[in-house]
Amino acid sequence: MSAGRGTKALGAYALERLVNAVPLVLGVIVVNFLLISLAPGDPVTALIGEFPAPPEYVERVRAQYGLDQSVPERLVRYLGSVVRGDLGFSFANRQPVLDLVVQRLGRTMLLMLTTVVLATFVGVVLGVWAARRPNSAVDGGATGFALAGYSIPEFWLGQILILVFAVWLGWLPAGGFRSIRAEYVGLDAVWDQARHMILPVLALSFRYMAITTRLTRASLLEVMNADYILAARARGLSERRVLWEHGLRAAALPIITVIGYNFSFIVAGSALVETVFGWPGVGRLMYDSIFTRDYPVLLGILLLVSITVILVNLVTDIAYALADPRVRY
Amino acid sequence: MTASPPARSAGAPSGDAVLELRAVTTEIRSLRGRVRPVDGVSLTVHAGEVVGVVGESGSGKSMTAFSVLQLFPTKAARVIAGEVLLAGRDLLTLRPEALRRVRGREVAMIFQDAASYLNPVLTVGAQLEQQLQAHDMARGAEARVAELLRDVGLTPEVAKRYPHELSGGQCQRVGIASALACSPALVIADEPTTALDVTIQAQVLRLLARLQREHDLALLLITHDLGVVAEVCDRVYVMYAGQIVEEAPVERLFAEPQHPYTQGLLAGVLDLLDPKPIQAAIKGSVPDLRDPPSGCRFHPRCPHVMPRCSSDVPPLLLRGESRSACWLHDDPDASQGAPT
Ligand SMILES: Nc1ncnc2c1ncn2[C@@H]1O[C@H](COP(=O)(O)OP(=O)(O)O)[C@@H](O)[C@H]1O
Ligand code: SF4
Ligand SMILES: [Mg+2]
Repeated sequence: MSAGRGTKALGAYALERLVNAVPLVLGVIVVNFLLISLAPGDPVTALIGEFPAPPEYVERVRAQYGLDQSVPERLVRYLGSVVRGDLGFSFANRQPVLDLVVQRLGRTMLLMLTTVVLATFVGVVLGVWAARRPNSAVDGGATGFALAGYSIPEFWLGQILILVFAVWLGWLPAGGFRSIRAEYVGLDAVWDQARHMILPVLALSFRYMAITTRLTRASLLEVMNADYILAARARGLSERRVLWEHGLRAAALPIITVIGYNFSFIVAGSALVETVFGWPGVGRLMYDSIFTRDYPVLLGILLLVSITVILVNLVTDIAYALADPRVRY
Repeated sequence: MTASPPARSAGAPSGDAVLELRAVTTEIRSLRGRVRPVDGVSLTVHAGEVVGVVGESGSGKSMTAFSVLQLFPTKAARVIAGEVLLAGRDLLTLRPEALRRVRGREVAMIFQDAASYLNPVLTVGAQLEQQLQAHDMARGAEARVAELLRDVGLTPEVAKRYPHELSGGQCQRVGIASALACSPALVIADEPTTALDVTIQAQVLRLLARLQREHDLALLLITHDLGVVAEVCDRVYVMYAGQIVEEAPVERLFAEPQHPYTQGLLAGVLDLLDPKPIQAAIKGSVPDLRDPPSGCRFHPRCPHVMPRCSSDVPPLLLRGESRSACWLHDDPDASQGAPT
């Protein structure tokens, strides 16, 4: 690496980006807090239930959770506790919000990261294959696959997968995080976990496989027309080396960008897939906490998911900077 | 023949020919029709000789260069007729792997916009080493790269640089280093200095000329710059609308241009030096090759046009040391020149 580009410069760049993200995260907290405060429905009613309770009791509960204060007062108090790492307590789950959300987010990340890796790998392989013979049968097949991927909704695909592989063929579990009846240890536990992941990951990754396939194909076709590809051939490089060492190396740049971009959509898609497969991740938790008006949990999820998306984008930007020597930071 | 020509001129025996194109025709097919940017081009480059190809932009010079290694900037282009003989072996009949072994090793190319012909995400050293590896010269590649960079006036540290960190002139020096890497028999340079600053142009041209002499290279130099031709070429082909219209040793070309197109080109140059140009510079532009003019392709722009020019194609005829394709020279003492 040349002057100004090194691990040190990259570390400084990452730090700067993280510092710049702080106001963004603060903004996210404030906006979410205000939106939720304006939402119809009374969390106290949700807490107490539909029983007709004496008004003094309702007021006591309201005061106990600070809900009798004004919105600005509550916001300031919330920000203060967030800074101390306290995201509140979930009444519905009888657990600190931070512990709860981190545990569920971990399970969601397991789905999402597997999806990103699988979709990128399959998409790049199919895209390269299609680009090598544009307008051939292989290319046509990849295009058809991509079209299907763009148009089939995750939850519908999820239900079809359950129907075929769990109900009809009985090969894979229809849902859940791991088997509850049997207690597996060691490799068996890993395998049990993997079996539960196959269908949700397939349902979630189909669209991103399609996007990556199309993008790799288009990007590679464009790059392969570049002057430096002609020059590489003129130097006597074999078609294989031209493709992998010159073509794909340069075509990887837009692919890296889109991985980061896709990630935000995978977050949304995973909420649907978790619901279909009963995957106890953050999506399911969000769904549940909306119905129980468990606002601290809702706010905690939005906050941690925002931070995750920001971090993933930072990681892809760093990957891009490493892949493209022209990027200055 | 009236005069006995020097060894490297029109009509010379083809015994020491490194490269010989025989009636090469290259076609580009597109939705808008077929174009033949190279239409029956024959030319020869002898060992140690610098041969120029000149002509206006769009006359097919680059396409002629690309036809040698059958590498084109568009997939739609293909050599459809003729022979490309490299030391007597027809490159058009080679299998892909055999052709790959010729590229970069026996015949190397230098391009116009050197920076765009280097991959932006790979270091200069990586790209040079790849070439050596491709031709089974991986052993000692790093040292060889350093040596090549020194030969072209760069420091070996340049190997660690990316193309965007170099100037245009430095990129072209890298291009020249790549051309010399495997000690080829022939180097084809397509406008190697055109994209550079004027001061850098002279440096790069001098470097190329020095290396050509030192390595006794056969060099096919494509340019639209007659100053470059005058400085380094031994012999020149003039191209117009996909065809060769004149061939001459460089002194003859400047002293006695035969073809009206060459005369016009020279007039354009001499304009700058001589208040009374030989002729007005050529008006109009290169015709659309999808529908080339009938007869002599130059006839719509020629100041000497005659009735037969628009109906009959003039053959390349030998006249003194030059050959030219023009009905003006259809006098009885001229004989048809044998292809060199
Ligand atoms: N990339 C291309 N795609 C389609 N046609 C081209 C391309 N490059 C060149 N041509 C055609 O070939 C003709 C000759 O071009 P070229 O060999 O580049 O001329 P020169 O090098 O003499 O300026 C052009 O006029 C054009 O018709
Ligand atoms: S053949 Fe006729 S038109 Fe062509 S260059 Fe000669 S005089 Fe001009
Ligand atoms: Mg050109």
